[in-house]
Amino acid sequence: MNKSLFYITTFIVVSLSLLPFLWFVNTSLKTPIEITAIPPVLVPSGTLNSYQSAIEDYNLLHFLKNSLIVAGITTIITILVSIITGYTLARLRIKYKGLIMGSLLVVSMFPQISIAGPVWKILQDLGWLNSYQGLIIPYVTLTLPLGVWILASFFKDLPPDLEASARIDGCSHFQTLFKIIVPLAAPGVFTAAILVFIYAWNEFFFALLIMTQQDFQTLPVGIALFQGQYTMPWGEIAAASTVSTVPLVLMVFIFQKRIISGLTSGAMKG
Amino acid sequence: MAEISFEHIKKNFGSELVIKDLNIEIKDGEFFTFVGPSGCGKSTILNMIAGLEEITDGAIKFDGIAVNELSPKERDVAMVFQSYALYPHMTVYGNLAFPLKIKKIKKEVIESEVKRISFLLGLDELLKRKPRELSGGQRQRVALGRAIIRKPRVFLMDEPLSNLDARLRVEMRAELKRLHNELKITTIYVTHDQAEAMSMSDRIAVLSDGLIQQCGTPREIYLKPENTMVAGFVGSPPMNFIPVVLKNRNPVEVDCNGLIISPLTDSPPENKGVILGIRPEDITVSSHKAEGGSEAVVSIIESAGPFNWIDIKWGDTLIKGVSDIDEALIPEDKCFITFSHDKVLLFDRETQRRI
Repeated sequence: MNKSLFYITTFIVVSLSLLPFLWFVNTSLKTPIEITAIPPVLVPSGTLNSYQSAIEDYNLLHFLKNSLIVAGITTIITILVSIITGYTLARLRIKYKGLIMGSLLVVSMFPQISIAGPVWKILQDLGWLNSYQGLIIPYVTLTLPLGVWILASFFKDLPPDLEASARIDGCSHFQTLFKIIVPLAAPGVFTAAILVFIYAWNEFFFALLIMTQQDFQTLPVGIALFQGQYTMPWGEIAAASTVSTVPLVLMVFIFQKRIISGLTSGAMKG
Repeated sequence: MAEISFEHIKKNFGSELVIKDLNIEIKDGEFFTFVGPSGCGKSTILNMIAGLEEITDGAIKFDGIAVNELSPKERDVAMVFQSYALYPHMTVYGNLAFPLKIKKIKKEVIESEVKRISFLLGLDELLKRKPRELSGGQRQRVALGRAIIRKPRVFLMDEPLSNLDARLRVEMRAELKRLHNELKITTIYVTHDQAEAMSMSDRIAVLSDGLIQQCGTPREIYLKPENTMVAGFVGSPPMNFIPVVLKNRNPVEVDCNGLIISPLTDSPPENKGVILGIRPEDITVSSHKAEGGSEAVVSIIESAGPFNWIDIKWGDTLIKGVSDIDEALIPEDKCFITFSHDKVLLFDRETQRRI
């Protein structure tokens, strides 16, 4: 009884979240006539015309490149800074740890709209509007609390004897961190990296605000601007959306293997 | 190799003083043990030597040079932890090689050193395994190997045997002693197990409440404990303590359940209130009255293999003694106890110090 209830609930939840995705994958494979047909066509003809058009007429690959650069660099910077900050907050003896962790959380609580103006002004003064760093720096700021919190809690759970042992074996604090702690906290590092990447990949509001020229626009903004004054290229939008989810799905599949718990078993007693 | 001295070492954790004025000299090549009940500050001492804990006051010197400000790396010590602290993501080879890799030693040298150490400790077959695939005893040996591979000046061992089962523990004790004899590196060992301390150490410091209660050879500590804490802590089962009345000061005579005893003392007692201490292994319990025997009642009989431990009611006091394995004793029945008077120690009831 319990088991069937579990399967039914799982089925409903998974269907609800997968259905929109499946629908636009489906749409991307239809011809324009099939897309607007009433009643809707459930089995598409399987044409790849929308993909070709999205790439050739709508610069899809250009937006994809921008998104990869922005999300990739944001992830690298955020994770590096989070590792160092998280370790410091988890382990080293510093004052006001709680206050620092709390403030970090508070920073991420501001609604984006409330900081949009100041961020825009700062970037304009720096001359960073329409530049990669103009989007990367705000993204790093916005994703850092998440990274630091995830990593600090992972680091806290590692046995302190391992660090003491590494220090005695001749490691500096940095060597201890990168040779012992980070490999052991790999599941945490990958989890944080995926979440940060997804955030930067999907973010729309700042991207729209900061990147006004097509040269630097990322995928979400690019796709939103497919729509012309008199046209609504549903097929191309669906194709571009499908393409934009592929890197995320790939990332999760690749890193899933690395997110293994129990990596530390055997190091300590028991 | 190094001689280590502690000069007026103090350590606070917040407002709590955990180490109060520690002064000790550990000789080059010595096997020195800090022993004491948990929470007495012994691991803190080890961490201060290693450089993992800051020293609040005083100086720790290696060969006469203060190391207070040096990092663990610069002190060149090696440590074996109670939890082994092996690096779980590295193989046995990786664990053994790690301290040398950090030192940027040549690969060929590392390889031959790992070979030598793994042979010494019987780990040759396990080099490709990860720590989680090893038994407790094997992990312990890897931890030891990682410590000795870089020939440190000092070995620190923090209860390294306490996670092993009883049999393995006895084996490893002998192995540690053998390694120490072979390597002759100054070794500082911390344990709460007095038997471990007694069996391996050249000298022992008994620690309690952040103070050294006594420092000496196992023999000195066993035969001449400075106070009741040391007397009660060292030896198993613990020493019997019986409050007695002082009869005569010179020569010293005490009345113990009607038996007049004249123990050997260093000096005449100052106070009338004294405690008599005698180890269970020095009291012989028998069913027949022997010369000088005193009557008592058998309470509990515990077999220890070659002999029996007997809990007895002697007058108002409960004490422990030994009997021959074939002795016909019955609980709640009468028995006779004898002990040599020169095995008896006297302690001042007020100061708890041996007289």
